[in-house]
Amino acid sequence: MTRNIHPLLIAGTALVFMFLVGPLIIVLGAALSDTTYLTFPPQGLSLRWFENIFAIDAFRRTILTSLQIALLSTTIALIIGIPAAYALNRHRIQLPGWLSTLFILPVLVPELVLGFSLLKNVAVQFNSPIYLSLLFGHALIVLPYVVRVISASLASFDFSIEEAAISLGSPPLKTFFTVLLPNVRSGVIAAFILAFITSINDVSISIFLTGPGLSTLPIQLLAHMEQFFDPTVASVSVLLMILTVAVMAVVERTLGLTFLAK
Amino acid sequence: MKRFAGWTQASPATLLVVVFLVLPVLATIVTTFTTPGGPFATYAAFFGSGFRRAVLFRTIQVSLAVTVIALVIGFLTAYVVSRAPGWLKSILIIAAVFPLLTGVVVRSFAWLIILGKNGILNSTLISLGLITEPFQMLYTQGAVIVAMVYLFVPLMILTLVGVLESIPDDLIQASSSLGAKPSATFMQVTLPLAVPGLIVGAVLVFTGSFTSYATPQLLGGEQVMMMGTLMYQQAMVTFDWVAASTIAAVMVVITIAIVAAMNAMARRLNPMTA
Repeated sequence: MTRNIHPLLIAGTALVFMFLVGPLIIVLGAALSDTTYLTFPPQGLSLRWFENIFAIDAFRRTILTSLQIALLSTTIALIIGIPAAYALNRHRIQLPGWLSTLFILPVLVPELVLGFSLLKNVAVQFNSPIYLSLLFGHALIVLPYVVRVISASLASFDFSIEEAAISLGSPPLKTFFTVLLPNVRSGVIAAFILAFITSINDVSISIFLTGPGLSTLPIQLLAHMEQFFDPTVASVSVLLMILTVAVMAVVERTLGLTFLAK
Repeated sequence: MKRFAGWTQASPATLLVVVFLVLPVLATIVTTFTTPGGPFATYAAFFGSGFRRAVLFRTIQVSLAVTVIALVIGFLTAYVVSRAPGWLKSILIIAAVFPLLTGVVVRSFAWLIILGKNGILNSTLISLGLITEPFQMLYTQGAVIVAMVYLFVPLMILTLVGVLESIPDDLIQASSSLGAKPSATFMQVTLPLAVPGLIVGAVLVFTGSFTSYATPQLLGGEQVMMMGTLMYQQAMVTFDWVAASTIAAVMVVITIAIVAAMNAMARRLNPMTA
C-alpha cells in the first residue's frame, strides 16, 4: 500500500511524529537531570526531583485530592451514565431525540464557562461547599465519555439474551447485574479508565473551583511553574505519563486503541 | 410502567446535566442582560473596549491559524497512517494517542522548556552560532500557536484516520484502474470524501483553541491574552463577575454558532448524501 505514497509525504509524516513525541522525551530527560534548573539533555542522572514531589506538601495534598475527585466523579458518572446509555439503546423510541444531545452538552459548552458558572451560580449562590461543585463538574465532563463508550458496547449486545432471562423469571435488577453488565464489562472498564484520566488532567473546570485549601494536581503544577523553574514539574509530568501508558494498555485490551479514532 | 422505563433509567444523568450544567450556564448568560445599565450594557462595554476587542480578535486569529495548520498537518499525516502496513499503523496510532491522553499542562510545559529564554531551542541556536543573543520566543503569539498545534494535531490525526479508513477501498481502486494518477485519485476521490471529517476536525480544533486556558496562560501570559485567560483574570483577579459572565456568554454563542454552521456545511458538502 505504501508504494503509492510520495516519499516527501512519508518524510513529512516522520517529522510530524518526531514533533509529537520529541517534546515528551525532553520532559522525561529534564526530569532526570541532577541540576536545580530545567535543562535538556540532562546533566547527571538523578531521581531526586521525584523525591522532591513528595517532600512538597502541596503536591502530596493535591495528588490525593486529584485521585479522590477522579475516583468519585468517575464512579458517579458510571452509576448514572450506564443506565442512561442503556435507555438510549434499549428504549430509543420512548425518548426524545434531544436527550442524546443533552448528554454531550458537557463537551459542547466550553469547560471554562461551566467551571465559572458552577462557582458563581452553585457554590457562591447557594453557599455550598466548593468541593461539591468540583466533584459534580468533573462528573459532568466525564459523563459524555461514559455514555459514548457504554453505548458502543451495547450496540453489539443482543438484547434477546436479556429478554430470555426476564421471561425465565429473573427479576430486572438481577438481570442487569448478571446478564447485561458482564456482557459490557470491557466497555465499563474502558469508560472508567478514560473518564479517570480525563478528570486527572482537567484544568479548565478546576481552575475556577479550587482555592485556598482545595486544589488539584494540574492547578498546583500551574501554580508551581509560575514561581519555580526546577525539574519538579518535569518529574510530576513523568508520573502522569506513566499513568497515561497504563491507561493506554487498559484501553488497548478492552476497546482497542483504534476506538479513539472513531 | 414500562412506557416510562427509559425515562426512569435516563433521569439521574438528565438531572445532573440540567441541574449542574444547563441551569448554571443559563443563569450566567441571563445575568449579563439584567445589569442596571440596561439589557445590552455589558456587551456595549465589552465591544466598546479596544483592549477586549483586541483580545477577541487575537483569539479568533490564533484559533484560525491553529485550525488551518492542524488541518493540513493532520490530514497529510492521517493519509499516510491510514495507508501504512498494519504493524506500522499500530505504532503510529500509539504515538498519536499517547500525547492525546497526556494532560494539557504537561504538553504545554514541554514547550516552556523548549521555547524558554535559556531553553533548548535558544541554546541550540546559540551553540550552532546561528544567533548570539537568546530570542524572546515565550509570551509571543507564535509560541501559543505552536503549542496549540502540538495540542490538537493528535486529535486531528485520529479523527481523520477514522474518516479515511471508512472510505471504501473499491472507490480508490476504481479510480486508479480507470487510469487516474495517485495524485488525481487523492484530489478527486479521497479529499472530497474526507470533507465531512475535515469539518468535524476543524470544529473540534477551533472551539478547543478558542476556549483554551492552560496553553495561553503558560506560553502567552499577559502579553498574549486570549478569551480564556481574560475571562479567568476578570473572574478571579479583578473579581468583575459581570465582565467575566459577558466573556462566557460571547464564548458560548461563538462556539455554538460555529458548531451549528459547520454541521450545516458538513451536511451540504457530504458527497454521499448530496
